[in-house]
This record gives sequence, structure tokens and C-alpha cells, in this order.
Amino acid sequence: MMSVETEINFKLNGREVSLRVPATMKALAMLRDRLGLTGTKYACGEGECGACTINVDGKTVNSCLMYAVDCDGREVVTVEGLRTPEGLHPVQQAFVDHGAIQCGFCTPGMIMQAQHLLENNPTLTREEAKRGLEGNICRCTGYTKVLDAVEAVADKNGRCSHG
Amino acid sequence: MEKTTTASLTAKKTMIGQRLNKPDAPDKATGKTRYINDMVLPQMLIGKVLFAGRPHARIARLDTTAAEKLPGVHAVLTGKDVAGLKFGFVRDNVPLKDKVRCEHDEIAAVAAETEEIAQRALELIEVEYEDLPGVFTPEDGAREGAPQIHDNFPGNKSLHFEFKDGDLAEAEAASDFVVDNVFRPHHVTHCCMGTSCAIADFDHNGKLTIWTQTQYPYNYKMDLAPALGIHPGNIRVIQPPVGGAFGSKLDVYPYEPIAALLAKKTARPVKVMYSREEEFKASPTRQSAIIHMRTGCTRDGTLTFRTADVLMDNGAYTSWGPTIPVVMMRTVSGHYRVPVVDFKAQAIYTNNPYAGSFRGYGNVQAAWATAQQMDMLADLVDIDPLEFHLKNAQKSGEVTPQKSILNECVFVECLETAAAASDYGRKRKEYAAERNKPGRYKKGIGLASSIHNAGGAKIHKSDGIGTILKVDDYARVTVITGASEIGQGIDVVIMMIVAEELGVPPEHVTIVNNDSDIAPWDVGVHASRTTFIAGNGTRRAAQKARAQILNAAARALGELAEDLDLRDGSVVRNRDGAPLLKLERLMRQMHFQPEPELVMVTDYYEPNSEPEGAKYSSNSSAAYSHAVHIAEITVDTLTGEIKVDKVTVAQDVGRVINRMGLEGQIEGGIAIGLGYALSEDMRIEKGMLKNPCFRDYKLITAPEIPTFDLHFIESYCVEGPYGAKGISELPTIVIAPAIANALYNATGVRIFNPPMSPEKVARAIHERRVQATSPDGGVIPS
Ligand code: FES
Ligand code: FES
Repeated sequence: MMSVETEINFKLNGREVSLRVPATMKALAMLRDRLGLTGTKYACGEGECGACTINVDGKTVNSCLMYAVDCDGREVVTVEGLRTPEGLHPVQQAFVDHGAIQCGFCTPGMIMQAQHLLENNPTLTREEAKRGLEGNICRCTGYTKVLDAVEAVADKNGRCSHG
Repeated sequence: MEKTTTASLTAKKTMIGQRLNKPDAPDKATGKTRYINDMVLPQMLIGKVLFAGRPHARIARLDTTAAEKLPGVHAVLTGKDVAGLKFGFVRDNVPLKDKVRCEHDEIAAVAAETEEIAQRALELIEVEYEDLPGVFTPEDGAREGAPQIHDNFPGNKSLHFEFKDGDLAEAEAASDFVVDNVFRPHHVTHCCMGTSCAIADFDHNGKLTIWTQTQYPYNYKMDLAPALGIHPGNIRVIQPPVGGAFGSKLDVYPYEPIAALLAKKTARPVKVMYSREEEFKASPTRQSAIIHMRTGCTRDGTLTFRTADVLMDNGAYTSWGPTIPVVMMRTVSGHYRVPVVDFKAQAIYTNNPYAGSFRGYGNVQAAWATAQQMDMLADLVDIDPLEFHLKNAQKSGEVTPQKSILNECVFVECLETAAAASDYGRKRKEYAAERNKPGRYKKGIGLASSIHNAGGAKIHKSDGIGTILKVDDYARVTVITGASEIGQGIDVVIMMIVAEELGVPPEHVTIVNNDSDIAPWDVGVHASRTTFIAGNGTRRAAQKARAQILNAAARALGELAEDLDLRDGSVVRNRDGAPLLKLERLMRQMHFQPEPELVMVTDYYEPNSEPEGAKYSSNSSAAYSHAVHIAEITVDTLTGEIKVDKVTVAQDVGRVINRMGLEGQIEGGIAIGLGYALSEDMRIEKGMLKNPCFRDYKLITAPEIPTFDLHFIESYCVEGPYGAKGISELPTIVIAPAIANALYNATGVRIFNPPMSPEKVARAIHERRVQATSPDGGVIPS
């Protein structure tokens, strides 16, 4: 019944980790159940909601679809890894300040995706943010405050106000 | 802080109406918050449920031997282990079934060391079913000779409601226009992002601790106890952070007693958590209904009567869902001034999934009908459409046929504000004139409104709340309250109210509200009641503490208490704000003086509403409020796609407390309503859900969000905290009919059965074009 375990080594939130995982295990299960990083959420398990979004080698991925073994040799960042020693990441802070968080269950995935969008396009427009966040479902906020938060970061990054 | 010459003087500032963050937001933003779904206890087992997967059947054989023998399995339970443990609104449900009445009926449950083992064990359970003919519509269920779903509910009859007032025949005779339609609000579901989850653990004195998502902790004990055969006093309810609730956690659902029964049997903590597919299939829906509604008015636009005959698909068991007529009838009789009303509702058992409560609770369905009929009548009468709405809108002091007393009513102001802000009158005329001209994309504007309870709802003997408030030696305040936090933001409201009364920074307020062994009675988060009820409770408790503190300060300072105030963490002189004594210091002085005192006060607040009687003729909420939505849309007449461009909202909020939370509740509430209106649809075929995933059940996402223009109308409710009213359901209620009315304005077609999906809209537009006999005969029957 036990499937074969493989040893994997990768960088997780800036630190090297090494562990053995079954071939069938998803990255989401590894993060939550093996590594105790419960910030990354399960909400559908089918790549349809974005709650499990993590960053792998600079790209966002639905960790519920990715196999844990595929983390081997990669650089993985989860929502727990965004915070700096000085405090919250600017995207996290913007979500807090703009009321973009109600129940907060979608928030880790939403922030990972927003951070990724802003990193690639620091002065993105509201329309671009809407399209970029299309894969992240939020049942509470109606997205308006999420978009406000993303826009506030883009403004800080020097976006011209009617960009 | 800016330094000025008056820096030492503290001016009176108010917290009320400010924008404040939720205190739990930083932990949620960093992934630190431990939701119930994230919780793991030492020795914890995983519970899993075997669902029937067929709508109606007898269980011919059930064999759990192989499952029990599987290493790692600690318990297997079936219907025979729970005989007699009936629960639910009319005690028609049991945790595990001996007969199948719907697809997600729970047949067996296992507790095992891992999820994989639990899953394997389910596969080893052998069940043979004898399928029975089912009933899948309320009409079929009500038919003579229909298959019986419960032996003790003959004719499949579940709940029944009636309310009548005035002489209908006379009112009909006096009507120049009558609109008469059948509306069919459909099945949708909550889609909380955190799936259903419970963790149960018994101690060896027989006391159950249950970590649950309930939004209703005290009644939850009462509702759960009969499902376990234990006394409610032996249940401790702990509410960890949850990923949304929206009404779905008002009821006890079978997975909760199942977790507890497995915990009892194994003497270990047991966690049951649904997958998304299980969540779609086994969590509650919004109540569907068939509403036959008629509304009449005179040529000059005065409403004469409204009738509603409602048939509800009860589903297999009776949860809070089919109790919605209690709210529906308040809309039917009280949405605008309705002189004569006749309301009837009957729920019929079927083999479909069953409904629970869902934000908007009956009013979503009722306003879908009333607000569309108002729009239809507006086109028939001799006066301007907006005039028609204004003429029938109630004013302060009016009493509805059900004896709802509309104090501080600003319905007229809501209508005027929204209409002016959106240029409603001009656009409505202009778009209607464009309707029959060529062109693929058509613009439309639609107005809808509703009334809702905004001061709680006394559906129990009590609608009250207990509050305990203490101030410690460091002037930190703890509020122990029954008010649950489920993401909606009551935490901020409580902090702001304490800050307002005690002059402390809001971040110095801690809230303890998630443990039924600690917090006092409350009736839960529902009926838009929490800001109103818990706000009042907190304010009263804080005012008691304030009086005690000011009296002590007066004694210490040799001043009169009425000359003192609490601001910025200090006792100050009222007149000029001169700080006299640090609050922190005063607290220690009070504590360590020869006659020591601590500040710890209690309060029980019961709103001045009347219990909902059997005749439905009582003022069951301490306040009511209105909201008006005006939706502006673009319709692609080829594909039938509706794009909502802008929504103008004017809502009576009583008084703004936390502006940011208020906006968030309105925007989020509208998003749920948008899904209801446009895309969400549980496709249930012969009792089986065909689209249990987000790919096929379409929620609204960021690109579909319109621009909002929000107007908060402050009516200053005398009974409300600082004048505030409850606000969170109206946004979900009003948006769908506003879009339906805009769709008619744009295209001349009306949709009676939501959602207004592209296929349905395109078909209706096509049929109207084919009809083309009368230029305005586009009302497509459902
Ligand atoms: S949980 Fe991975 S996309 Fe939903
Ligand atoms: S804040 Fe609750 S799902 Fe987004």
C-alpha cells in the first residue's frame, strides 16, 4: 500500500530542505502535512480556485496539482516566506490596510498571485490586476478591496495615477 | 502626531465612522492563522463518511467486516449504531441513515489513522441497495400517490406558512393593473472557501469538546445534543477561525455528530473534513422555490395588493432552508406599502439535496419577484417610473401589515439618492428607446430595492447577548462576548465601540468570543444582527465600565465625574481636554487602594423586539432598513452575455461604524448576489448533482466585478448602537432583480428563473425577435 518514497532537496522560503516523499504526494500535502506550512490552503484540489498558490522558480503554481517530487532542485516560496525580518511584505501590508481580508482563506493564494503579478509588472493597471487574479476565488470580499490593495502597491511602485 | 501648542490637550475625537483594519488581518496575510481546517491534535484520527450516491433506496445489506479488519481503522459506524438519535428542525434527520433519501445520505463512517486508510476502509464497506422511485420536484412530491420519503410526513408535506391581511377581492376590484408571474429561484450553494470541518474529542467525564465552524454556538449545543443523546450542558463549543460561513453554519449537519460519535467510540479526537466535491454535494443549498406572485395597482400608481403562493422543494430533510417564508412574507407584505396581502407557502419533501440558511435568507427569493413586478408595474402606470417607486415607498412611523414598525425609515432618500447618482430616469427612457433598434450590444439600467430586518430577528424567545468586559491594571480591555467572528468583522466593531467609550486605542482591546464555556449567551451570526445586537451589548458594558472608572477618577482627583472624560488613554477634563491622570495609573490605584476594586462588568442586552408569533404579526426586529441598487449593464444580444458595468447602491445603514468593513460587506454581499444572478446554478438531475466543482459551478471572479458607487444613508436608528443598523444581507438580496430589470430595459426580455445565464438570455432574446408580433411583447414565460 505504501508507495515508493523519493528523496528531494529544494529551497523552501530561503532555506534548503531535504525530505522523502511518496511519488503520488502533491506539493500542497507536503507543505501542509509534512512541513507544517498550513498557510497554503486546500479549497478545491483541482486547480480551480488558487487558494493553494505558491511560487516555484519565479512562477506561480497551484500546489494542489503539482507533485511534491517536482519540487526537487527548485526554489519554492510560500506565503510564510514573503514576510521579511522588518515585517510584512508590501503586498501583505497593502491587503491588511485596504480591507482586502475578511475570512482570509483565499488570502495566501491571492497574495502569492498578486505579488507575482507586481513583481513582473510593478506598475500594473486595475484591468491587468483583474485578469491576473482571475484564477483566485474569493467568496467574501467581492474583489474590490483586493484590487484596491494591488493598485496601492502599483502606485507606490511609481505607477502614474491614471495608468 | 503633529506637535502644536495644544499638544497637551486632547480634543474629543470619535472612532465612529472611521476606517479600521481587522485585527486578525496580519496573521491571515502571512499564513499564520490556524483555521479549523489546519488543526491537528495529538492522537487525532481522521473520520470519513460513506455517502449513498443515489437519491432514494432501501439498504438491503450492509457489511462492514472487511473495513473493520483493515489495520489502522479504529471505528466503523452505521445507521444501527445511531438508532433514535434524531435531530434537525423537525427531528427528521439522523447522523447515519437506515434508508436513503438523498444522494448525500450518510450510510457509514470510519475513523482511521490516516486519510488514505479511512478512504480504503470506505471502499471495503459492502452495501446493497434496492432503489426506490423518487420525487424530484415539489409538484411531483405533492401529487396523490407520490412515493413517500418519510413515513411520518404524509403527502410529503413539510412546513406550511400563511399570512393574510385585508380584503383581497375588494383590492383586486380596485386595481387597474395586475401583474401575474411565476418565478423560480434556483438551487445555489455557499461555496465557503474553507470546506466543512469538525473536530470532536470526549473527556473521560463524558464531556464533548467540539471545534466547529458554527456561527451559532449556543443553539448549536441544543441542536447537536439530540444527535448524540447527551445533555447540551456536556458540550463545549470552540470556534477556530473559519473560511467563510454565509449562513451555512447555522444548522448542525450530520458530519458533526458523526465526528463526535466516532470520537466517543474511539476515545480519541476525530476530525472530519470535506473535499470540495463532498462540500458541493453534502453541504446545504439556498432554498429553491416556485413563487406565483401577483401585484396590483391603480392607474395613478398606488399599490392595491400583493399575493404570493409559494411551493418549496424541501429536499430530503428539514433544515433552516424551508423556514424562509418567515422572511419572505415580510418582503411580500412590507416591500413598499402593500395595503392588502395574501401569502401562502408549502414545503414538500423530495429526494433532492436540502437547503440551509444562506445570507439573504428568503429575501433573495422574495425580492427577485417583488422587485421585478414593481418594475413591470412602473411601465404600466400613468406616472414616471421613479415617481411610482417614491409614491409607494414607506416613510418613518409606518407599520406594515405584519406589524413591523418602520422607525427611522429613509427608503425615499435611498431611492432619490441612487436615482440621482446614476441618472436613472434619463437612461431608462433612452435605453428603452434603443431596445428595438439594430445593434448587437444593448445597454440597460435597472432599479431594485428591498426591506430587511436590521435590528436582529426574534425567531427564538430571546434575541439577546451577554457581554463581560474587564479592564486590567495596564488599561487593556478584554471583551468576552457571544458574538462570533466568521470573517465579517464584528471584531473591529467591538474594538471601536470600546475605544469610543473608554478612550483607549482600539488595539488595546482583546476579544474572547470563541468558547461556549467562557462567553455568555448569544443567538449567533445571522439575520444581519451582530453589529446591532453585539454593538449594543458592548456599548452598554463599556458604558458601565466608564461610569465606574469616571467615579473612581472623580474621587481620586477631587472632581465631579461629569466634568471628566476618557480620551487617548487618560482621564481628561471635559471642558478643555487637559489630561489629568493616565488611565493605566488610575486602574492600578483603584486596584491597590485600601478598598480595592477591579473594573469587570457584565451586561445582558435584549432588543425591544417582539417574538415571532405563530400568526407572524409582531414587530420581530428592533429595526428595519432598505437598500436600493441600480445596475447598469451591457448585453451582448448574440451570445446573451450580461456584463454588469456599474452598480449604484444607496442603503440605509443607520450609522456608519467601521467604514471599511461596511464597504467590504456590501461589495462582498453583492458579489454573492452577482453569482446568483448570472452564473451559479446547481444542476440537479433526478436528485444527483451534476456539477460539483468550481469548473462547472461558476463563481464570480475579479474580472466580472463592476464599478461600485456606494451611498450610505444614515438614518440614526434610536435603538441601534450610535444609530447603526444591521447591513450585511441586503447587498446579496437586491442586486439580482436590479440586473433582471436592467436586462428588460436593454432587451425587452424578462428571466423568471435565475441565473440569467448567457444561454437563457440569448434564447429569450431570440424568441422575442421571432415573436415580433407585438413590439413590446417580450415577456417570456418561464
Ligand atoms: S486548492 Fe489548488 S487550485 Fe484550489
Ligand atoms: S476573504 Fe474569505 S474567501 Fe476571500
